[in-house]
Amino acid sequence: MKRIYFDHSATTPVDKDVAKLVLEYMTDKFGNASSIHSFGREARRAVEESREKVAALLGAENNEIFFTSGGTEGDNFAIKGVAYANRKKGNHIITSSIEHHAVLHTCEYLAKNGFEITYLPVDEYGMVNVEDVKNAITDKTILISVMYANNEVGTIQPIKEIGALAKARGIYFHTDAVQAAGNYPINVKDENIDLLTMSGHKLYGPKGTGALYIRRGVRIEPVQHGGAHERNMRAGTENAPGIVGLGLACEIAKREMNEKNSRIAALRDKIIREVTAKIPHAKLNGHPTLRLPGNVNFSFLYVEGESLLLNLDMKGIAASSGSACTSGSLDPSHVLLAMGLTHEVAHGSLRVTLGRGNTEEEVDYLLEVLPEILDRLRAMSPLYGESANLKPANPCSTCHVH
Amino acid sequence: MYTEKVMDHFSNPRNVGDIKDADGVGEVGNAKCGDIMRIYLKVDDNDVITDVKFKTFGCGAAIATSSMVTEMVKGKTLDEALEVTNAAVAEALGGLPPVKMHCSNLAADAMHEAIKDYKAKKGK
Repeated sequence: MKRIYFDHSATTPVDKDVAKLVLEYMTDKFGNASSIHSFGREARRAVEESREKVAALLGAENNEIFFTSGGTEGDNFAIKGVAYANRKKGNHIITSSIEHHAVLHTCEYLAKNGFEITYLPVDEYGMVNVEDVKNAITDKTILISVMYANNEVGTIQPIKEIGALAKARGIYFHTDAVQAAGNYPINVKDENIDLLTMSGHKLYGPKGTGALYIRRGVRIEPVQHGGAHERNMRAGTENAPGIVGLGLACEIAKREMNEKNSRIAALRDKIIREVTAKIPHAKLNGHPTLRLPGNVNFSFLYVEGESLLLNLDMKGIAASSGSACTSGSLDPSHVLLAMGLTHEVAHGSLRVTLGRGNTEEEVDYLLEVLPEILDRLRAMSPLYGESANLKPANPCSTCHVH
Repeated sequence: MYTEKVMDHFSNPRNVGDIKDADGVGEVGNAKCGDIMRIYLKVDDNDVITDVKFKTFGCGAAIATSSMVTEMVKGKTLDEALEVTNAAVAEALGGLPPVKMHCSNLAADAMHEAIKDYKAKKGK
């Protein structure tokens, strides 16, 4: 059976040229970038060239790019690093309720250590309101952290406006751009961004790679201590093969961005259009237009997400869901709940994230099998159709561990 | 993460549907949790379950356990059926992932509720 990958927000396949280059820097050009000999210099040169490529993708200066192991490290570094370095100035951090756990749990950790966190609500499209940011600012606010684009529903946040607000108030602005970097045009200078987290494996680069952009002049301290790597900001031998792979992935992403995005967005819009037209009781999650080019997220009433995913998987299609069963907890996606969806509707969500390898044929196949699967699951659902009116005794009225 | 048996019952669920003139109906779970299981029973004069159907909203484990429990109690007496537990259903499926043991393994409870409903209707 042909396998179709529609889960590019989870991870992307490494570009073949990137993989080739990574291998070269593992086997032949394997030097430690800190070594003084020719092997070391060879690796150093490649690391610095990669820094330029990452900087070019983001519109940053080379010396504002610090290599990390990925999105989670970048978020921890940015938030804890700024929080602890600016503690004398204040202890208040503003973030949103739809951030990735790498941001949310870092903020929760800081809350246990004397910081105050404001979690901003979002509207029904998963969008932060700039006025809410403004109203949340106090004279103790040292950092605002709002993601560039949401990983589940794809909504693009008003980054430039929040950045301008932060700048005017002398507050640092961090954005988790793990989903957006390489998949959406970003310019850190134009958009008033002080710190930006990105990850390699979301843009056809290797896993375990990433970068944090830190605008020159930002007061931040390292969170990982050791050697003098990354100008004393991030200790640990540079992952030269990974960094080189990240650099090439960024170069390719920049070069192909316009062509790739318009092609993927056309596929996205076809899915949204067809599903809306053909499948009853389907609700689009996220913003109708201000969303990542590859993101489709629907809630299908009366069905549960994991069952839907398993059925799609049996047809060779890989997607994801915000249902509790796929999150490993009793609650469905915090993002969908923050957008005001009920638990029932959030359980029935399906996320399809397109990438550069997807074709119209694959999209058509999805559109062919999805209605059949939903019909089958709905026919099985006690919530759907005539049987929904039956209300027998229900001893399990609350969610708890049985 | 699921056993072959779970996937078999999930992809080819047995006894799906409802029984219009059911003698007993039982439901557990709620949509908020992401799992609702409803069991319909037909019971003859000798307290033997002659037919059983289910309707389930839920994950793979919820559907598979519902299907399995219908197979396990069809043709059994009510007393025998009452001895079928959630744990027995999970075992018959070759086990469930730990997280599913809690939230999605309620099919036997739904069946017991259906028996209770039947008994209440009969005044037993």
